[in-house]
Amino acid sequence: MNVDGRENNGNGADLRPANHKSKSNLIVALAGNPNAGKTTLFNFLTGLKQKVANYPGVTVERKEGVWTLGDTTARIIDLPGLYSLDATSLDEQIAREVLTGELQDGQKPDVIIAVVDATNLERNLYLVTQLFDYDIPVVVALTMVDIFEKQEHEIDTAKLAELLKSPVVLVTASSKKGREELAEKVIEIAGSRPEAPIWSSAADEIGENANIFARYNFISNAVQESVKHNDLEKHNFSEKIDRVLTHKFFGLLILIAILLVVFQTIFTWATVPMDLLEGGFGSLGDLARANLPEGILADLVVDGIIAGVGGVLIFLPQILLLFLFISILEDSGYMARAAFLLDKLMSRVGLHGKAFLPLMSSFACAIPGIMATRTIEDRRDRLATILIAPFMSCSARLPVYALMISAFFAGQTIWGFISLGAVLMLAMYALGTIVAVIVAFILKRTVLKSPPPPFVMELPPYRLPNLRTITQNMITRSGLFLKRAGTVILAISIVLWALMYFPRQAPISPAVSETAETRETLETPETSKSAEPVDDAETAKAAEAKAEEGEHLKRSYAGQLGHLIEPVIAPLGFDWKIGVALIASFAAREVLVSTLSIIYNVGKDEDEKSETLISAIRDAKTDDGRTVWTPLTALTLMVFFVLAIQCMSTVAVVRRETNSWGWTLLMVAYMTGIAYIAAFITFQGGRLLGFS
Amino acid sequence: MGASATVKAVTRDNPASRRLMEMGVVPGVSIRMVKTAPFGDPIEIRLRGYNLAIRKSEAEAIEVNE
Repeated sequence: MNVDGRENNGNGADLRPANHKSKSNLIVALAGNPNAGKTTLFNFLTGLKQKVANYPGVTVERKEGVWTLGDTTARIIDLPGLYSLDATSLDEQIAREVLTGELQDGQKPDVIIAVVDATNLERNLYLVTQLFDYDIPVVVALTMVDIFEKQEHEIDTAKLAELLKSPVVLVTASSKKGREELAEKVIEIAGSRPEAPIWSSAADEIGENANIFARYNFISNAVQESVKHNDLEKHNFSEKIDRVLTHKFFGLLILIAILLVVFQTIFTWATVPMDLLEGGFGSLGDLARANLPEGILADLVVDGIIAGVGGVLIFLPQILLLFLFISILEDSGYMARAAFLLDKLMSRVGLHGKAFLPLMSSFACAIPGIMATRTIEDRRDRLATILIAPFMSCSARLPVYALMISAFFAGQTIWGFISLGAVLMLAMYALGTIVAVIVAFILKRTVLKSPPPPFVMELPPYRLPNLRTITQNMITRSGLFLKRAGTVILAISIVLWALMYFPRQAPISPAVSETAETRETLETPETSKSAEPVDDAETAKAAEAKAEEGEHLKRSYAGQLGHLIEPVIAPLGFDWKIGVALIASFAAREVLVSTLSIIYNVGKDEDEKSETLISAIRDAKTDDGRTVWTPLTALTLMVFFVLAIQCMSTVAVVRRETNSWGWTLLMVAYMTGIAYIAAFITFQGGRLLGFS
Repeated sequence: MGASATVKAVTRDNPASRRLMEMGVVPGVSIRMVKTAPFGDPIEIRLRGYNLAIRKSEAEAIEVNE
């Protein structure tokens, strides 16, 4: 944004102080290579005083924090991890714009802290030589010094500081001393005229690369003069570990084992807190119901807000666990190995090796999976990964699969011993994956066509993950998730609730007379309730209340929509009631189960194992008396759910991460289209083959 | 495998050459071949005290003195 002629120019001037007195509100940029310990230092300096947002218009994250240096405070801007400042990736462009002040209303940072990994000095210093070009004082923060000294290297920081013409501070996250010295140096240097070392271009090289060679020449000399190296190779533990972890055979085996453990854990560990949350939201709903006056407000709060937002929030434990594992794998350095192992396989489809983890994560939930694509630098590769991630069968599809299988395929076996249900379940996971691969293949050869981006990836040394970084990461991620649940998801929940609630005339108590009344106004008066014989008085009363609810639903906008789309879904063997469930479950897939319960009047609390829901589905009749559900219908519905988007949270997160409604709507369109075609083929093909 | 060599030049026509140079693959630096990934690509090399994975198509940009 252009801020020429803004009124608060006085504030801007204060930020470039000439003397020490007015040095409040310094702006400090934190720059460094990936894996140099930048995040650890950032957390160490700012504690919990940090916020994460996106840079305007792009999906690169902007991390900022407040650092208290004695009586002064500084705003720290954590730049993305960088190897260089002049290549063309989005991260590098953002970093450049921060350093030139373009992204802060023309305010350049007062000081740059260059985070430099002592164990990888030469390559880390390359970025530092580029930082000197910005005419901002630089303080070099040397990290990993403890590891460096364990490797019996010695570094002469005074000499290095002299050569770089900038202060050099040793920082270890565990000690306070480094932080104090860093603060001193930053205050000391802020506002001073930056001095930069001078290097001359290598005489025998011309052109644009001469600059790179000159910088590396300067670095090689500087390192030679200030560091006493031991034999580097003797201490290379990571390569020893990699003899197993990236071994041609064992490497792949271990990768598969790690993934199995991660998924098993996410599925099993997460169920306990998820059940608790679900119970909690249930009680919250009851509480609200008890304390609010009966009527529309109570219905909105309980059925709309609590049910809708709660239904999404119960996935928080899974998301936290997944990010715990992602953080550990990333922080330890293993993630780069996984990409190294699988790049060849992934590149056959047109994806980057780094796409593997986001896609695997999407089997748990597409939302963290899509968020994890941020590690992919190339925009097109990242987009392709985001656009296929929702095809992976996430945990929200499980209730749907489980309901269909237990209703129509339970207890059946193939060849007498293989459970048909298990085979179907596996087939659904396979179908999603295969379609994802095909879509990726097509996308990468058409709209997202690009030359394969360079796979030049550091394999960082293995390190023990930092507990603080991991917790911070989990807090940040869940914060973002909760924020979304409180905004987008809340809004859509209310809309969906309203669609299923309105129009609503006066409360319908005598169900029979009301039904008679509606018969006059509605085109399709037949209801299927009569299919369910009601015996004793108690169930009759309950059934009456449920019947009322079913009647409401039929007349609601959602019900009308169901009728409207009936001709479209009829070729899939679905009637309008399934249509309503499809519309409602756009909020979240598992909503299908509760919506079917409402539609078939078996109460809202049914879960997928409920006998009554299962029998109600089996017995349901269409308006003209045919059986609605057959095993083929169930299979068709499962196929549809494998491929259809049916998750507003995913739509919201794709919109956020791609920063484009165009891509988001394209995804919604082709996922729905593919789901429809596949369901059509399943149903009509099944009928041709003689199944019913 | 395990062979060391000195970089003679990095060709300019490879899409990865600039990135390679920025990562320190410049003439005169010594690099060592560490290993090949299970499916034959990418490869792992070591230079300037750190390990780098690159695809074979990118490795072609690096000319070395044996």
